[in-house]
Parts: sequence; C-alpha cells; structure tokens
Amino acid sequence: MRVEQAPAIANVYGNANMGGTQGTGGSSAIANSWEQLRRAGATARAMFVQAAAGKWNVPAGEVRLANGVLTHASGQQAHFGELLEDAAKVTPPDQVTLKDPKTFTLIGTDRVRRKDSVAKSTGAARYTQDVRLPNMLVAMVAHPPKFGAKVKSFDGSAAKNVPGVVEVYQIPSGVAVVANDTWAARQGRDALKVTWDESGAETRGSAAILASFKDLAAGKSAAPEGKNGWKGFDSKGEAARAAGGTAAVEVAYDFPYLAHATMEPMNCVAVVKGNSAQLIFGSQTQTLDQLNTARIVGNLPGAIQIETLPAGGSFGRRANFQSDYVVECVQIAKKVGGGRPVKLVWTREDDMRAGYYRPIVHHTVRVTTDAEGYPATWRHRIVTQSIMKGAPPGMSGDIDFTAAEGALGSPYLKATPVVDAQLLTPDVGVPVLWWRSVGATHTAYVMEHTIDQLARAAGKDPVEYRRALYVKAGANRHLAVLNTAAEKAGWATPAPAGWTRGVAVHESFGSVVAQIAEVQLENGVPKVGRVVTAIDCGVAISPDQIAAQMEGGTCYGLSAALFGEITLTDGVVDQGNFDTYRVLRNSEAPRVETYIVPSANPPSGVGEPGTPVIGPAVANALLAINGQPVLSQPFVKA
Amino acid sequence: MASTLDVNGRVLNVNAGPDTPLLWVLRDELGLTGTKYGCGIAQCGACTVLADGQPIRSCSAPVSAFTGVKITTIEGLGGDHPLQQAWVKHDVPQCGYCQSGQIMGAVALLNQTPKPDDAAITAAMDGHICRCGAYQRIRAAIKEAAGMPVVTTAPVPPLAPAVPAPKA
Repeated sequence: MRVEQAPAIANVYGNANMGGTQGTGGSSAIANSWEQLRRAGATARAMFVQAAAGKWNVPAGEVRLANGVLTHASGQQAHFGELLEDAAKVTPPDQVTLKDPKTFTLIGTDRVRRKDSVAKSTGAARYTQDVRLPNMLVAMVAHPPKFGAKVKSFDGSAAKNVPGVVEVYQIPSGVAVVANDTWAARQGRDALKVTWDESGAETRGSAAILASFKDLAAGKSAAPEGKNGWKGFDSKGEAARAAGGTAAVEVAYDFPYLAHATMEPMNCVAVVKGNSAQLIFGSQTQTLDQLNTARIVGNLPGAIQIETLPAGGSFGRRANFQSDYVVECVQIAKKVGGGRPVKLVWTREDDMRAGYYRPIVHHTVRVTTDAEGYPATWRHRIVTQSIMKGAPPGMSGDIDFTAAEGALGSPYLKATPVVDAQLLTPDVGVPVLWWRSVGATHTAYVMEHTIDQLARAAGKDPVEYRRALYVKAGANRHLAVLNTAAEKAGWATPAPAGWTRGVAVHESFGSVVAQIAEVQLENGVPKVGRVVTAIDCGVAISPDQIAAQMEGGTCYGLSAALFGEITLTDGVVDQGNFDTYRVLRNSEAPRVETYIVPSANPPSGVGEPGTPVIGPAVANALLAINGQPVLSQPFVKA
Repeated sequence: MASTLDVNGRVLNVNAGPDTPLLWVLRDELGLTGTKYGCGIAQCGACTVLADGQPIRSCSAPVSAFTGVKITTIEGLGGDHPLQQAWVKHDVPQCGYCQSGQIMGAVALLNQTPKPDDAAITAAMDGHICRCGAYQRIRAAIKEAAGMPVVTTAPVPPLAPAVPAPKA
C-alpha cells in the first residue's frame, strides 16, 4: 500500500469535521476519514467480488475474499491486480454493508502501522525545506521587531552586493531578499538596513499584558459591555452565591505565550505566473491557503494548486486563518513573477518571533464546598485573547469555544449545583493561534489542579474524590479511564521510594485521557519518571500509533509546563532560538505507558488529547510533595 | 572558491565560499537534503553529520574546516544500517524532520560505545531535540540496534480478542 497526498479540491477531500474545509486539525483526521475509508473499502470489495463472480460465472455470494485473495469453492482464485480491470467496470453499489467490529482482523491490531518510517529514517522524505526546482530562488524576509509595525524605509544596497543575491523587494510583511541559495539569502537579509514605522505596533511587554488581564478578572478595570464583554458558560443557579460563603479554594492561574517551535521552521514554495499560482509545502489547511493565495494573484481559490508535502511539525501553527507565511511567499513569488519558483525560508529566529502563539491566559477560581467537601458553588473567570477572532465570518460562534473548552463542559461544573463561569477576550496586538490541544492547554490544568486542592482541603484521596464527582456528573468515560490508570499505576499501593504520584484526567477532541505521573524533585526541578496513561478514543485503529501520540503529546505538554514561555519586552519578543526557548530533551522525557480502554464508539482524537494532562498530573504530585499549589507556568523559570 | 569535499566516499567539487556552513553546501550545492536545518546555532542536532566518524553540527561549521575530512551524511548509511532498521521496527519517526540528525548522533554513539548505558545515551542524544517527543522510542531503537534488551514501553492490549477471519 502506498500513501499519496491529495490535491487541493475541497469538495472531494473536504474534512467533514471541519465544515468541509480541506485540512487537518482538531485531532480530526481519523474521526473524519474513518467512515469514508470504510465505505470506500467496502465498495471496492463488493466490486472485486462482483468481477470475480462474473469471470468465474458463479454467484457473488459464493466468492470469498480474505488477505487480498478472492477464492471460490471450485478452486478458482485471483489477486486484486488480476481482477482490477474487470472490477473497474462494475457499477459501484449504492449501499454497502460495513463489517461488524467483532469481525475486524486488522483494525485495532499492531498490523496497522505507519507507512512513512522508512522514508523518514533514510533522509529520503521530502519536506518543504528540501524542495529543489530548476531556476528556483530562495527568499528570506526582514520582519519588523514589533507586531503591527510596518516598513518606513529601507536600504538594500549592501544586501544586493552579497554574492548570490538577486533582488530586494518591499512586501506588506517586511523586506524580502531573494538569492540563488539559502546562505546568500541569509547574508543578504542580514545586510539590509530597514527603518520601521511603529505607530500601529503593539508596544506592551508580556508582563503588562498579563497585568491588564488580571485587572479585568478582578474587576479593577472595566470590561466592555455587549458582544465584546463577559460571556457566561455552563452557569447555573444564583450567581451571587458563588461570590459568597467561605471559599475552600480561591486561586488564580497564569499561563504565558507559547511558541509551537516546530522542528522545521515555517516555509513555503510558490510559483506565480500571471493569475496562476502553485504552492508546494506542508500545508495543514489547503482551503484557507487557497483562499488567501487567490486574493493576492486575483484568481478563484479552486484554481490555486497545492502539492502537499509532509510538514516537519505543525501542532496547529500551519493552520492559520491568515496563511501568514504562505501569503508572504506568494507576495514574493508575485514580485519575481514569470513562473520562477521561490522558496521562502524562515530561520529559527524568524519562526519564533513571528507570533501566532498560544495566548497568555489568566484564570480565577473560587469554590465553596458542601458538608462532604465536594463543590457547592464554583466561580470561574477566564481572560485571554480570542483565537477565533481571526476566523472568516461565520466560523466563530457567540462564545470563543477555543478559549473556554475544557472548563466549558467540565464534569466538575456539571457536578456543582451553583456555577458562575465567564469568559472575556480582550484585544491584544500579538497574533495568537491554536497550539496542540488549544483551550485544554490551560483549562485542563486549572480544573485538574483545582480539584486536587479541593480534595486536599476535604482530606480525601484525589482519585476517590474524582470518582465521586464523575458519578455525580454521569461522566462514565472519565471514570473508566481513571480506574484503568489507577489500577495499572498501582495507585492503591505506595509509589516507589523517592517518587510521588500525581493524577489528572481530561476530555478533549472527543477522547478522555487519564494520567498518573511519578515525580521527584531534583535540585528543585521536577523530574518525571513513569507516566501511566489510559485513553478512551473510541474504536482504536492503530494501537501503536495511539501510544506514539500519547508519548509525544505528553512530551509536548510537559515541555510547556516545565519550560515553555515566550515573553515580550516593550513589544519585542525576548526569545529567538532553543538557547532561550527551552524545550524538553531526551533525558527529561518520561516513560509513558499507554492503555486503551475498549470502546465501540466512533474513533475520536489522539493527536492532542495526550498533551494537556501531564502538566496538572505533575503539579498535583508537586502539591503532594510540597503542600503548595503551582499557580503559574512554566514551573522552571528561565 | 572551488574546493573539494569527501562526502559519503565520493570526492566532490564545491564552489561555495569558505565561510559557508557545511550544512548549506550539503543541502543546496550537493543536493544532500537528508541533513536538516533546525536552529542554525548547534542547539537542536537536526543538522548532525559525521566528520571522520565524530558527530558535528553542520549548521555551525564552515565548509573550509572539512578539507581532507571524511563526511558521512544520512544518505551515506545506505538505508539498511542496524539503527535505521531499528528506527523502522519501532516506528520512531512522527513528523520525522529531526530523525536524520538523531540517527547520525546514534551512529556516532554506537561506533564509540557499542553497548551504551542510559547515561551514555543521554550524553550522546540530549543535544538532539525532537518536538514530536519520540524520545522513548529513540532510546528503545538505540538499544535494539545495540543488541541490548529493550523494555517495551507501550504494552497496548488488542482492542478485542482475536476473532476468526470473516466469511466473504
């Protein structure tokens, strides 16, 4: 079997979980294609059977098909290839019968393997960075140091003197240098002298932005009224009661900007000739990239061709309403014109300073409890930038779901009689975007760490405390993954000497994940050892790849919880590379064990749900060690 | 400036300036794109190649430093190196972008230390960032290639008990 990337044709390849947009995101790839591919497979099967029946002159009901071979009791047999021409002439049946999951022989077994391991272990896999075309130019761009600044003037003469530099262009996002190769483009870009107009720029630092969020949450500064004001979610009962009584837990949490920091910095290849444009790159959302490209070259979106390549990581970064780096590449290719290919290359620093971060988030939580120690009232405020604000009209709802999801819909709020939960999304001039697991990156932490503080205040075991709340909320899937993780981790028995366990459970993208992490402090820095993970993701198609996503998602979430932080000083991003933006390394990676809870539900996400649980699991272990909650990320400050 | 470079057993002519990082000569001039750009400051390991058997970060070393040095890139391993086989067996890659560098780092490690303990693996591999977090499989694949016991890290139970093949 061979895997080929589809061309960009939304009405054929649209993602039903993304409103028909062609692309992948929200951990929807399997959820979307599961039934489509089953139907396609069943249809092809019926056509092969019909072809064999016709050729052998036997009833179709007597043809058997297993392991790629069609057989008949008469001794006739054929492989697919031998029947391909005949099968192609069979009219596809209108209706097909899908297999009963009880009869699956491949799905859910270790025979379902990824197909690209060889190409990615030999250097043969072709990423955007590796595209080489005849006559191709390489472009680098000088971007303004502050978000929202523009080019005032520039001097490209020194850049043009660099051997290999071909031309210098002003484009809307900065000044571009095009050259015959990457190193010449880099040297040319570094030789540019640009003066920036910062009159429209965001000039605040990240500390000032967070402080403004805190003031809004505390009511020290007034929020706008109306559609840009506070919006309630999951609220019930008499709101005033949630502000009264004696709080069992009253805390505030802060989360920083996070860069996706994919291993392959953003890049794109564009070929523009007149109104036609072809893109070759690791597109995550072809339909958006077509729309944004079409506006620049003056063509219909469907006329924009995209050859999709594997991406060296995305984590949400390449699914962008503005198609930022794609648009930049197309702008340059349009200046170059004549159908000459242009490869836009961003350095690590360009990538890290280009924004589209997980936004700064501030939560305040105040919970009172009943006589048993369970939540009686829950007051919750979230202040963060809206990700969906950048969406095309019609795509965003009344409340920005991406900012509240995970608090919104939480079984803990369901189990609480009085809830006053509200979201505010003030504007900030720093571009923000979804970052692997999106809202759950902060809501899972806030809900799960708050629950452990409540359990502690009630003098109850955190696993028992959760069980009681899941029963109250009817959250059976949460209960099942929690029980599996607790059993496999040996929660009822003491942790290995020197280690302390922490637990967390969270539902995101249709899947529920429970983790129990074993943690110790080494010179004040948390070290995470064994992490037992239980997931309910519906029907498990490739258990080993589910495990791989749990392992990787855990590392991605732990990297952020321990080290991840983008800061700005007077509007300028302080970090630029991995020396200042610390990420998790091999020796810091936990040993993740994955257990899949059997389910007959349709498959749900696995790419993201493993990411948001580890942070609170570790924080809950730290709470058990120190008796103190951890109220801001990252845990380890630079 | 014309000079020569010994890459994967072939002596090749190179026109890049002497200060050009080896990475860009390999990728742009010689077309050996298996070696990746990740950070440009020797922090992530994606650009790792072997120079006379030693792992070096090709993004931060000028090509002029490699006169008379035998360079080995991922393409020079041939595709069936025991580490590459182990990488495939464990399905290590996710996005895969860092894996050429990871494998070259592991090749250097096993050349030096055929049976590396965890500390030796850390010393060799902590300079290699993987944002997909394939770290525990990287560790397992190195042990596999070294012929050491591999603790399976994902004891995933099958979805349901094995059932007979369906009747057509």
